[in-house]
Amino acid sequence: MAVAIILLLVAIASVVFHLFSPWWWTPLASNWSYIDHTITLTFWITGAVFVAVVAFMAYCVFRFRHQEGRQAAYNPENKRLEWWLSVGTAIGVAAMLAPGLVVWHQFVTVPAGATEVEVMGQQWQWSYRLPGKDGRLGTSDARLVSADNPMGLNPDDPNGKDDIVIQNDDLHLVLGKPVKVLLRSIDVLHDFYVPEFRAKMDMIPGSVTYYWFTPTRTGTFEVLCAELCGAAHAQMRSKVVVEEEKEHQAWLEKQRTFAELSEQGNVSKATYRIGSE
Amino acid sequence: MVDVRFDTIAGIPPAEVGEVDLYHPRSWWTRYVFSQDAKVIAVQYSITAMAIGMVALVLSWLMRLQLGFPGTFSFIDANQYLQFITMHGMIMVIYLLTALFLGGFGNYLIPLMVGARDMVFPYVNMLSYWVYLLAVLVLASTFFVPGGPTGAGWTLYPPQAILSGTPGQDGGIILMLASLILFIIGFTMGGLNYVVTVLQARTRGMTLMRMPLTVWGIFTATVMALLAFPALFVASVMLLFDRLLGTSFFMPTLVEMGELTKYGGGSPILFQHLFWFFGHPEVYIVALPAFGIISDLISTHARKNIFGYRMMVWAIVAIGALSFIVWAHHMYVSGMHPYFGFFFATTTLIIAIPTAIKVYNWVLTLWRGDIHLTIPMLFALAFIITFVNGGLTGLFLGNVVVDVPLSDTMFVVAHFHMVMGIAPIMAVFGGIYHWYPKVTGRMLNEALGQFHFWVTFLGAYAVFFPMHYLGLLGMPRRYHDIGETAFIPASAHDLNAFMSVAALIVGFAQLVFIFNLIWSLFKGREAGGNPWRATSLEWQTPETPPGHGNWGKELPIVYRWAYDYSVPGAARDFIPQNEPPAKLSAQGAHP
Amino acid sequence: MSAIILFMAGIAAIVGWWLSQQRLTAKPWLEEGVIVDLREERSSPQAAKIGLGVFLAVVGSLFALFISAYSMRMTMVDWRTLPVPPLLWFNTGVLVLSSVALQWAYIAARRDDIDGVILGLLAGGASAVTFLVGQLMAWRELSVAGYFVASNPANSFFYLITAAHGLHLMGGLVALGRTIGKVWRGVEVAQVRVSVELCAIYWHFLLLVWLVLLGMLTGWTDNFVDICRQLLS
Repeated sequence: MAVAIILLLVAIASVVFHLFSPWWWTPLASNWSYIDHTITLTFWITGAVFVAVVAFMAYCVFRFRHQEGRQAAYNPENKRLEWWLSVGTAIGVAAMLAPGLVVWHQFVTVPAGATEVEVMGQQWQWSYRLPGKDGRLGTSDARLVSADNPMGLNPDDPNGKDDIVIQNDDLHLVLGKPVKVLLRSIDVLHDFYVPEFRAKMDMIPGSVTYYWFTPTRTGTFEVLCAELCGAAHAQMRSKVVVEEEKEHQAWLEKQRTFAELSEQGNVSKATYRIGSE
Repeated sequence: MVDVRFDTIAGIPPAEVGEVDLYHPRSWWTRYVFSQDAKVIAVQYSITAMAIGMVALVLSWLMRLQLGFPGTFSFIDANQYLQFITMHGMIMVIYLLTALFLGGFGNYLIPLMVGARDMVFPYVNMLSYWVYLLAVLVLASTFFVPGGPTGAGWTLYPPQAILSGTPGQDGGIILMLASLILFIIGFTMGGLNYVVTVLQARTRGMTLMRMPLTVWGIFTATVMALLAFPALFVASVMLLFDRLLGTSFFMPTLVEMGELTKYGGGSPILFQHLFWFFGHPEVYIVALPAFGIISDLISTHARKNIFGYRMMVWAIVAIGALSFIVWAHHMYVSGMHPYFGFFFATTTLIIAIPTAIKVYNWVLTLWRGDIHLTIPMLFALAFIITFVNGGLTGLFLGNVVVDVPLSDTMFVVAHFHMVMGIAPIMAVFGGIYHWYPKVTGRMLNEALGQFHFWVTFLGAYAVFFPMHYLGLLGMPRRYHDIGETAFIPASAHDLNAFMSVAALIVGFAQLVFIFNLIWSLFKGREAGGNPWRATSLEWQTPETPPGHGNWGKELPIVYRWAYDYSVPGAARDFIPQNEPPAKLSAQGAHP
Repeated sequence: MSAIILFMAGIAAIVGWWLSQQRLTAKPWLEEGVIVDLREERSSPQAAKIGLGVFLAVVGSLFALFISAYSMRMTMVDWRTLPVPPLLWFNTGVLVLSSVALQWAYIAARRDDIDGVILGLLAGGASAVTFLVGQLMAWRELSVAGYFVASNPANSFFYLITAAHGLHLMGGLVALGRTIGKVWRGVEVAQVRVSVELCAIYWHFLLLVWLVLLGMLTGWTDNFVDICRQLLS
């Protein structure tokens, strides 16, 4: 008796916890509301199954608990029942899978007009790069990484000269414009993770991965690393600022291009050399 | 084709299989230490696994202390936290669960349940244990090498695993890989035994479809493990090459702490494919024996045949086969080709169907049963709840697009602890309470068992159910300290503290369990040969604990399946598998 | 991962065929009484032989995974195919001889011809040792020519895979040595027949693995796969 009640209470408590939990996903700031909807749908289907199974079990434990003189029924199988349950399960699974695959198709199909933004992870900080006026990012290579060129950009690539390089600072994005985030790392695996955007992808040294989204809400959002990357994994933070077009232009004006930065580097090197001579 | 005769043949001569080959221990050393008796090896495996498991348990306390009360314990820093999670995960998954289910339960139960005298290759079986012990010792030694154990996470993803930004870059990772290689060699020796014993040493009348589901589960899991562990072997050897010889199997061109390394061109994704080609079957290697054990516990303690035995067998086989084509669902956000997502999401969700059938059949076995709420039964009920819970959250993570926001968060941690941490451990406990009387001849203490069960079940549920919601919130895993983070409310820290307290209490209950194991060995109630009035062969041995060679002069003959409970018209509510049909015994034929 | 998937499909086919013989659709609750199953009806193969079969599946899985890793790593840009030392052809020939010798020993054992058994075993063992020495010399040749284990992934795989194959052969030599020892001590042929047979099977298997590996290391398999692809498209 007590056991049956406790089993039932576990199911009820789980549902109550779910309904009243103050711990829920962060308010969405991207176009991926479909992902949230799919999760909600999955919660409904799986929650119903969970409650049904546990409630049935609790009822059995209550109703058929051992008492003097009880004999169990002899019932090796019931083909029909088993097939019905299988078919029902298959339908439930399909109801979750089908929308999931549709949304995944959207997730991996980048719209034509998306602007490219590069995010580079390294132990343990984030750097960003935006294309310059030409709208294209230059090439890069981990072999080119040096104190003057921490992102390993290719100095001979004309496309890269006007790229805007942001280090130790926040990334700014324009509200309502689709972004294709190109992800790159120069040492270990990282994962550019902004909970409000829902999207996420590992960055792999040696190759470039991507995902896309459209920011739908202005504000400042925290960036975390979601793939274990060593001792200071938890401290690898940054911020993304989503703002209106006008503010974004103003911010862009203040940023420096790769060419400017490397010139500055050469100048300081030159002065150092003269000074030492 | 198989020749089946239902017209019970009278007076079949008893099988005398294996009497010639049976090894006989000559001294105390060969009887209890370097023993070739599967029952002794099983106990050795179990004790070793539980001992190293206690280490992993203590590590989990330290982790929970840090997570619940960050900054309070100055002796835990970021490096140590990573080392704790790595060792905790690796020990629990491989050195505890795999070893305990296959090396422990497998060794003890397979020969007894199929009516054999011993495993078919006893010497290799003994070697298997000693190699396993060596692997455990090598693993444990990493705690004492300079730099400590590796902190690469139990997945050991390169490049991070072998670079200097990760703790334990020297001895830690090298010995970890060496230990895994040893474990796999040792396991292969044991695994060959389990498979061939089931294939070859079944006693007369023990057809596959008469085997208890425990044997089916362990057998299928062993076959899977034999085929899947080579993937971990290959990955470990190649990673060891990268670390020690400077090859670039997995290592791309990269910059380590501002310095360009000599590595170049390798593929970190390749490691992940190899790792998960092992890693996903591993989930079912742990789950299938648990499925089998739970089926038998429920059937025995509800005094009712398992509902839909055939479906249960087919589901085990189907799950075993399917589990080899779902591995990349661990890699949805790894940066592999996005189109793989469609395939792997589909296969992953299909595997939910045979799994669901198993759950339905367990609860349908309870329906109109005669449910004895013994400790093993309670653990079986708890298994169903935690397994269903964890299995259902698997439908979130298996559905590729839902996985995107949830991967690498606490939701994943909660999911896999529920489904392959708590649930299999419930099966382990249920199994131990159930078979301890056969192993020792004494019952485990009931009151301590009740305490242990309720604290463990409710406590563990209180730890891992709320944890899903921290994941939904976006709290990443493998963070020793989430720190000041805008989207994490203060209440989340309180929840973490609550979970930590619950975890410590659950941990304490395990000490009570260990105490019970030792105390009952001497003071437990005498069990007799068949305390649960069960049908399967291990309860029908002439001696309890079973003597050397398991059976007396003659091997048992099997006349029925393992689930003849509450058969209408029978004198008792169970008929042992080796009890001849009424017609046959009336003729005075062989008993 | 296509190599291992293919391998697993093969295993699945074998397991499926075997299961189809096991009356998995039987309703065991209706079958009270004695069932005499296949194992007793005909003289069943010995446990050791089945054990070897299972072990070969494990080893096969191991090498299929090496091949999978090889073919995935091969597509990266830094791959520079290794010139195969001509010595490997000689070694291959020796390994074939070794296999033939053990087959000879097995046939002799079936005819109770003890001299044939001894001759076959010794010849097989000697040529297997020659093969291993030859492999070591091939390694030396390569490293003298500047192909070190870490200088290119193709080299790394060459050393790794030949080492894995060689270690398996050395394991086989232990078993072979024990068998030779038994024969040496004058044991009846009947008592070593199984051991000889198991050694022969293991040798044939390792020869097969070696031929596949050789095909892969020399790049023949690529051409073969390309031809298949062209035929399909």
